[in-house]
Amino acid sequence: MNLTADLRKRLETKPILLMTHLVLGYPSLEVNRRVIRQMAENGVDCIELQIPFSEPMADGPVIVRANQEALNQGIRVKDCLAFAEEMIREFPQVNFLFMTYYNILFRFGEELFIQRAAEMGMKGLIVPDLPPEEGETYLRRCREQSIAPIMFFTPTSTDDRMREVADHGDGFIYCVARKGVTGKQTVMDASLAGYLERCRKATDLPLAVGFGISRREDVAMLEGRADMAVIGTATIRLVDELGPDAVGPFIGGLLG
Amino acid sequence: MTENSAQKGYYGPWGGAFIPEVLHQTFAELNLAYEKARADESFWQEYVRLMGNYSCRPTPLTYAENLSNHFGGARIFIKREDLNHTGAHKANNVMGQGLLVKRMGKKRVIAETGAGQHGVATATMAARFGFACTIYMGEEDVARQRPNVFWMEQLGAKVVPVTDGSKTLKDAINEAFRDWVARMDDTHYVLGTVCGPHPFPEMVAWFQSIIGQEARSQILEQHGAMPAAVYACVGGGSNAMGIFQGFTNESGVDLVGVEAGGKGIHTDQHASRMTGSRAAAGVAQGYKTMFLQDEDGQMLDTHSIAAGLDYVGISPILARLGDSGRVRFEAATDDEVIAALQLTMRSEGIIPALESAHAFVQAFKDAPKMNRHDAIIINMSGRGDKDIFTIAHAFDDPSWKRFIIGRGDEYRNSMLASQKAKD
Repeated sequence: MNLTADLRKRLETKPILLMTHLVLGYPSLEVNRRVIRQMAENGVDCIELQIPFSEPMADGPVIVRANQEALNQGIRVKDCLAFAEEMIREFPQVNFLFMTYYNILFRFGEELFIQRAAEMGMKGLIVPDLPPEEGETYLRRCREQSIAPIMFFTPTSTDDRMREVADHGDGFIYCVARKGVTGKQTVMDASLAGYLERCRKATDLPLAVGFGISRREDVAMLEGRADMAVIGTATIRLVDELGPDAVGPFIGGLLG
Repeated sequence: MTENSAQKGYYGPWGGAFIPEVLHQTFAELNLAYEKARADESFWQEYVRLMGNYSCRPTPLTYAENLSNHFGGARIFIKREDLNHTGAHKANNVMGQGLLVKRMGKKRVIAETGAGQHGVATATMAARFGFACTIYMGEEDVARQRPNVFWMEQLGAKVVPVTDGSKTLKDAINEAFRDWVARMDDTHYVLGTVCGPHPFPEMVAWFQSIIGQEARSQILEQHGAMPAAVYACVGGGSNAMGIFQGFTNESGVDLVGVEAGGKGIHTDQHASRMTGSRAAAGVAQGYKTMFLQDEDGQMLDTHSIAAGLDYVGISPILARLGDSGRVRFEAATDDEVIAALQLTMRSEGIIPALESAHAFVQAFKDAPKMNRHDAIIINMSGRGDKDIFTIAHAFDDPSWKRFIIGRGDEYRNSMLASQKAKD
């Protein structure tokens, strides 16, 4: 089943889905493994596995530091691929996606990377510095390999731009809730609600909303307005402060 | 300079605009404003007037008679970008972008800076035009370049030390982009060189082309013919693009870009992208070019005695000109740079910046092999005297060290005394 169809099916029984995120190799693959187990066992629908990059331009301080630490400890792209393959095998109930910057694909070989990802059962790719204008071959290869290229909507996107971007995307649309980098909190106000309505009108694909979600109330306020809440920086902070075992109760609490 | 590339902002395989979606609209507006300005002759006239009145343009082309005699080959001319206001070619770009910011109606500018030249230039422009200004600078550079930080702050800019990554120029660029994605409505990012996403390489090259336009008519006037060669140092590549554009169509003119050879291009301590073997095609900081990176695509640490050349990427336009053979790339080591700087000071009374001295190194290697009826031009991108802390440090000058220690003691004692008075 492709990613969009899988998410729609899940939405038949849940008011909102959850996508979590982690940086591979931070603080270690061993901790990543324990965190992913807790996420999977507590009903997370999608997990973004971020392959570290030395220049994470679209990320905020917490994720930037995680990228750096992971690289300082010597994580390699091939380690990330092998680890992802293992996780996909172990947790078939979860949709896994790679998140990374384009240079990682480019150096590995775009075609080869997409093929490897598809073969291991990766459901989608999130590449924030590759706009559709630069991603012609990437988008074509994703289609050929039936792996979803995740596209972005942002509060600065015009309606026309949203429709244009959505045409290239698959799986779901990643709706950035506000301007700025990852990890800062956002409140639900009229302008965010209006923005999510614009997103809904621009596409039939499920809407994932990210940036700054950390509490049950944040998730609740998205129900009915979006299809999936994205938890990014919050779990990294949690693991830093309380260790991997805190992740399960945290995820459980978010779903209420 | 877009050549016949199929896509706007591409130079052969290099360039592009690899930007996060949140900046799509901002770039659409910037492209529009830039293209309107470019099509409007009065914009360029206003720019030239401003640079004439505020920044000593046209800068002279100085005949270096003593150096020419010393080498006994080609006649050596020096294009004096050091005489710009703020002491480097950086002023050309920031004043041009400042005029554009005025047209766009934005009220705040941000910039990255490595050594601090571009930061000082941007802070100067912001003061002149009345913009709020924030400068991002790697924490290591803040520590190394205190005099420039002092000036930026005195000029009214806020200097933010960047503590991520290698804490140098590339990290300052990432941080400036992070600011921009949060505040694009009132803010323009004054990128300092011919790199980054389109339209920056093309736009910055346009503002810097004023160097080449002047140099071309000056050499014809003084020498009566085209030069045999033109030399420029290449970090991001803006001063090189600036002067080369006056001569790219003259196939007889050898265009030479000189990169930072650091401790030698066979070591891992340099910043040579086109010479040496540590660079490969990649995409980072919003554009595609040759980057110093490892097999996985992670950027490598770079080294140069000149902070302004200490950068992982190179202009996509220069990468193209290098591929096609139009520009020849060479590298100069830290030691060669010090020697060329000393010779230039002693023979001509001219103090090039450490960056610019890289161009002098290669010119000095080639000049003796040429004839007296040949002329060569060295683009002196900036002046060295204001970098006294860096250059005196590089020269390892004992009397300078005694002075700093003495001044340090003086400050320490007066701080202790005022502390005691408080207690």
